Amino acid sequence: MRDPGLQPERTRLAWRRTTLSGTVAAVLAGRTALHGGPSSARIAVCAVCCVLWVCFLAVAHRRIRTLATTGDDGPPALAARHATAAALCAVALAVCGALLVL
Amino acid sequence: MIEFARNVRLWFAPREIGEEGHTPDYRFSLANERTFLAWLRTALALIGGGFAVDQFLPDLRWGWRVGLALALLAAGVLCSLRAVNHWVRCERAMRRGEDLPVSRFPALLSLAVTVVAVAMVVVVLVRGNG
Repeated sequence: MRDPGLQPERTRLAWRRTTLSGTVAAVLAGRTALHGGPSSARIAVCAVCCVLWVCFLAVAHRRIRTLATTGDDGPPALAARHATAAALCAVALAVCGALLVL
Repeated sequence: MIEFARNVRLWFAPREIGEEGHTPDYRFSLANERTFLAWLRTALALIGGGFAVDQFLPDLRWGWRVGLALALLAAGVLCSLRAVNHWVRCERAMRRGEDLPVSRFPALLSLAVTVVAVAMVVVVLVRGNG
């Protein structure tokens, strides 16, 4: 199918931008976690933030690979569980932030 | 609120969305996905802002600093949950051939950001004079 709008390409770049935003948020989270001197609780929260970041990267990577597969009617739509997983990573990062700030 | 709870079930059940109506032009689905990602970036920026307030304003009184940081983090949580919810609603509306859902959320979010921004201006001015 002719696609002058380069929709899969733009969607891929949107995922890239989002992983970049996620990286910035995760770096700030790590900085906050380790700022008040390393304690075991803070290191644990920092590790959780790293795991969340990796989860987010995994979702994005999977989706980007799916976007590369072009059938007759374009790549398949985003699966609801992947959208939910990406959003829950952001929520969990914010919860870690609330724990660290208090 | 009941509508929201019903949608939460759809977040985890991709098949149920797929069974309704007919598959729209993939370009519409991808546009919906990009809108979702833009909202997610907004959420991540709010969360990053919460961390930044905590980290880069160390002279602020404890209450102000924690209050602002928590407000930004809470806004980030709301924004990301709403991003999925709106994506699901739009996806379903497109499949059913209905009108896209309208939302009060952008207006509420901009009001919240305005309040936080005004609070920051007040804090900076008060500290500058004091």
